[in-house]
This record gives sequence, C-alpha cells and structure tokens, in this order.
Amino acid sequence: MKRIYVRPQTLRPVPMHYCPGCGHSIIHRLIAEVLDEMKLREKAICVPPAGCAVLAYNYLDIDMVEAPHGRATAVATGIKRVRPANLVFSYQGDGDLAAIGTAEALHAANRGEQITVIFVNNAVYGMTGGQMAPTTLLGQKTTTSPFGRNVKTEGPPIKVCELLAGLGSSAYLERVAVNSPANVKKAKSAIAKAFTYQLRKAGFTLVEILSPCPTNWKMDPVAACRWIDEEMMTVFPLGVIKDLPC
Amino acid sequence: MNKQLMYGTHALAEAAIQAGCTCYFGYPITPQNELPEYMAQRLTEIPGGVFIQAESELAAINMVLGASAAGARALTSSSSPGISLKQEGISFMAGMELPAVIANIMRGGPGLGNIAPSQADYFQATRGGGHGDYRIIVLAPGSVQEIADLTFRAFDLADTYRIPVMILGDGMLGQLMEPVIIPKPRQEPLPEKDYIVSGAQGRQPRVIKSLILDTREMEEHNWKLFRKYQLIQQRETRWESYLTDDAELIVIAYGTAARIAKGAIKRLRKDDPNMKIGLLRPITLWPFPTKAIKESLSTASDYFVFEMSAGQMVDDVLLSLEGKGRVHFYGRPGGIVPTPAELARSIARRYYQMKRTRKR
Ligand SMILES: Cc1ncc(C[n+]2csc(CCOP(=O)(O)OP(=O)(O)O)c2C)c(N)n1
Ligand code: SF4
Repeated sequence: MKRIYVRPQTLRPVPMHYCPGCGHSIIHRLIAEVLDEMKLREKAICVPPAGCAVLAYNYLDIDMVEAPHGRATAVATGIKRVRPANLVFSYQGDGDLAAIGTAEALHAANRGEQITVIFVNNAVYGMTGGQMAPTTLLGQKTTTSPFGRNVKTEGPPIKVCELLAGLGSSAYLERVAVNSPANVKKAKSAIAKAFTYQLRKAGFTLVEILSPCPTNWKMDPVAACRWIDEEMMTVFPLGVIKDLPC
Repeated sequence: MNKQLMYGTHALAEAAIQAGCTCYFGYPITPQNELPEYMAQRLTEIPGGVFIQAESELAAINMVLGASAAGARALTSSSSPGISLKQEGISFMAGMELPAVIANIMRGGPGLGNIAPSQADYFQATRGGGHGDYRIIVLAPGSVQEIADLTFRAFDLADTYRIPVMILGDGMLGQLMEPVIIPKPRQEPLPEKDYIVSGAQGRQPRVIKSLILDTREMEEHNWKLFRKYQLIQQRETRWESYLTDDAELIVIAYGTAARIAKGAIKRLRKDDPNMKIGLLRPITLWPFPTKAIKESLSTASDYFVFEMSAGQMVDDVLLSLEGKGRVHFYGRPGGIVPTPAELARSIARRYYQMKRTRKR
C-alpha cells in the first residue's frame, strides 16, 4: 500500500482551537509540510501575531517569538538581522498587517528585509469577533459595518500585494487561496517559493492567502469557500503580483 | 582606555559598544540625535553590528524585542514623546523577561512640550510605564562619567535579571561635554542564554511569549516577576550620600538636579560652615533608596526635594519617610534649569526656617 497522507513532523499532534472550516488550520499544515520537505524545521523562527493565530506556537513545532499586535515584521526584522542564517517568517492577519501594522510591513518590505510574511486575508477581524478589517469588501456586513462597508466613509479594501509591489526591495509577492484542493496546492508552492527566495537573500517576500472565516462570515464552510471564489477573488485576484528573478 | 572629552550621548553609545551591544534601533528626536548618529557610524566597525533607523519608535522597540529574543545585546534611545510610544513594547519585554537597554533623554512635556532638559518622566519610568504589573530598573546618571559607567552596567543588569533597564537622563546631561574614561571592553564571553531563539537544532523548540490565558498560570507568572523585583530591590539599590553624616536638612535630587544641588550645598557650606546640609542622590530610581532615606532620619528632620518637574519623586520620598520628617518641595518644570545660586537661596530659606522652628 502506498502512504499518501502523513502528519508533518513540524505539526504537533494536538487538536487545533480553530473553528471548523477555518483557513488557519490548512495554512498551518502547509507551512509544516514545506518546512519538513525543505528540511528547515531546525532553521525556522516564526513570529505569530495577535489574532486568531496567536496560539500558532501550540501547533508548529519550531522556535517562536510573539509580537505585539501589528509589530510582527519589526520583531522579525530584529531577529533576522541578528541571525541572518535562519529562516524567519511572520504570520499575520489582515488587521494585524494592513491596519495597525501597516507602517512596519511597508518599511520592512522597502528595506528589503530578508523575511517572509504569511499574510492571512479573511476580510474580517476574526479573534475580536468579526469587526471590519482593512480588507473587508465593499457592502460586506461586519459587526462594526452593520450596513455594509461604505466606500465614502470607510474607503475601499486595501490590496496589500499591489501596495507593496511598488516598493523597491520587495522581491516576491503572490496571492493564493485555500478554498479548494487545487488552490491549496498552489498556496503550498507559493510558501515554498517565498522561503526559497528568502534563503537566496532575494529580498522581502510575502504570500497573501485568501482564507475562509465561516464563523464571522456567518456561513457554513462550503458556502465560505464559494464566497472566496465568487466575491473575494473579484477584488483580490489570485496570481503572482511581483517576482524579481533571483 | 584614556580619558577623553565626550558628549553624554556619545559616552552612552560608546559604553554600550564596550559592553557588547551589537544592535541599535531608533527614531530621531531631539535632544538625543547625536546618539543614533554616533551608532550609525560606530556599529559598522563592529562584527555583526546592526543599525536601523526605524520608521517609528513602535518599530524600534519591537526590533529591540526581536534582537533580544535572538540573543543580542540591543539598545534603543529616544526622548519623552518617543518613549511613550515604546511603552507597549517595554511591557511585552517585561512580561517575556527579555533584556534590553532603553535610554530616555528627557525633555519638557506633556505633549510635544519642548526640547529643554526636564525630569518630567519620572512617574512613567519608575511605575513601569506601560500596561500590566511590572517594573523596570531605572538608572539616573549625574555626569558623563556616570553615564558611561551605568550604561556599561545596564547591559549586565538586563541580562542577569532578564529585564529591560532604562537610563534616565535629560537634555542637559546628553549634551554636556566632560572628560570620561570609557569602561574597558569585557574580556570574558557574554553569559550563555538558554531561552533565546536560534532555530530548534538538536533541542526542543523555544517559545518567547507574554500571553498566558490561564489565570492561575498568569498569577504565578506575576508572582515570579514580583519575587524577581524584590531581589533587585535588595541587591541593586544605589545612591550617593554627600555630607549627610551630620545633616539636619537633606536635599534629595537626581541627575542634573542633583548636580545643581551639589553646587548649591558646596556654596552654602562654604559661606556658613555651621550649616548642616547634605545631599542624598538616588542613582537607581527604581529600585528607590527607600531604606537610606528612612535611616537618614537619625540626623535629619527636614528634607528638601528638588526636581525639574512639578513634583514626582517627592511621592517616593514621602512614602520612604512614612510620615516622619518634614518634606519641602522645590520644582522647576517645563525645561527650566535653575542655577546653583538660585537653588542655594531656596535651600537656605528652608534651612533657617527649620532652625527657627526648632528653637521654639
Ligand atoms: C494594541 C492592540 N490593540 C488591539 C488588540 C486586540 N486584537 C487582537 S487580534 C485583533 C485583530 C485580529 O484580526 P486579524 O489581524 O485580521 O486576524 P484574525 O483574527 O482574523 O486571524 C485585535 C484588534 C490587541 N491585541 N492589541
Ligand atoms: S473566528 Fe474565523 S479566523 Fe478565527 S478561528 Fe474562527 S473561523 Fe478561523
């Protein structure tokens, strides 16, 4: 018999606290698989965020340094500058990276810090109960945009990859999704590519992952995956946004 | 190293380098810009040296957090408004028990205030400053030599106790030029750190965090920190006593204010050798020299607290004396630096008043 499924070594054998159908658990697994396959488990240092993934250190069996909300790229900068031989990545939600931590992310990208950001875009603030995020779609109802996001008062959703693409020292920016088996495979390749670029000292790398939050979208997991296809991708098209060959 | 003429800010930077500091992260603000400027040049000469002009003080303190978690000795510096922005990061490092050295070259406030020397951030520095139940060690140098000595020591204190240490100076001390002997670089290697991240090679993964959701565990962590703070209070409290052996009136002041006070006391004692006044200068503001102040009640009945603020350390003096003695306060907030002669007049007035009431 051929073994086609095995728990990655980097993923601790414990149940996760994420809601059923949440994208975070898939993304954790992808990171673990990539670290195993690239033999990077003993080299990796992760900076988890304040957000639903704050407990990522319970699942990923690697060195971790917690950051204040939004400051993960600054913390990762400090680590990587001291330990340039390690693989350093932050794991951040859209509130963490694109609201409170925008300045840190933008400047880390502009300095070309040799770090990778795993940017989980679920269009809401998951952990605090589904408030509006910088990536919330126009018309999307959240607990703090009860009538739907209004472009006149809240502005349009921020496209992080496109924003960072204009900066000189960002090397690789790709948007992927984890709402279908095919997309999950592509997401994994993107993470592997970003890590490879980091090890080659190509510059700042970021993988934006469209990720379902069934709980705060008030949908079942299947409908949430469909909503990514039908709504999110029209605003956040998948694909490589920037790729400087290295 | 030989005696050389140096600015306070430069002496702080060079002493940090000699103490093994390899990382500096900061954001420009007057009156301390000479410090990052010195570091921008100097750290290029150090193997593994890292200098980043961060996009904000928020970023700077979190780069310090990352560098410290990765095992480096890291320094950041700023002045009052910038230190306010660093408080969240300092609170995190206190909770995570990460060492760091933070210099605050204080200026007038609140708000943007001004860029003149001030001691208005005493409360912020000695009460933890950020959110949560914690303390940091606060060192208050009074000369350029002491800036160098205390900065050198700050890195060892930070590592020994795994705690952020603040050097609390002011615009006057930072821009003062004095002869100074920079401490010799340490010969022995830095102590091993068994908590830092470096990639989990041949060991269990390490997690550096301050999140503790379980309330019992959080309480235990708080008590653990508390016990550490108690130990620091027992072991690390420092102060200078000047002519206090026979003093009936003791001036209490730190940093620049203490320099002025010393000048005033010298002047007064010279004019009237019978005048029994002395100076008690806290060198550590936290831990505060509570015991020394209390013990001074054996000769003194009156205290003259002088601060370049509207009155902050005076609270700690009152707490130390536990209701005994008479405490007078003289404050000059807003960036005013009185001359020794000015201060001497105020001290003399208090002293003779005290004498009159004693006779009655
Ligand atoms: C300074 C600060 N402000 C606010 C919070 C509260 N907070 C925690 S996580 C979060 C937002 C989480 O949303 P997101 O980054 O999108 O991540 P998700 O939970 O959706 O994965 C907020 C506002 C905090 N921890 N710190
Ligand atoms: S609230 Fe949303 S993002 Fe958070 S765990 Fe649940 S599904 Fe995932």
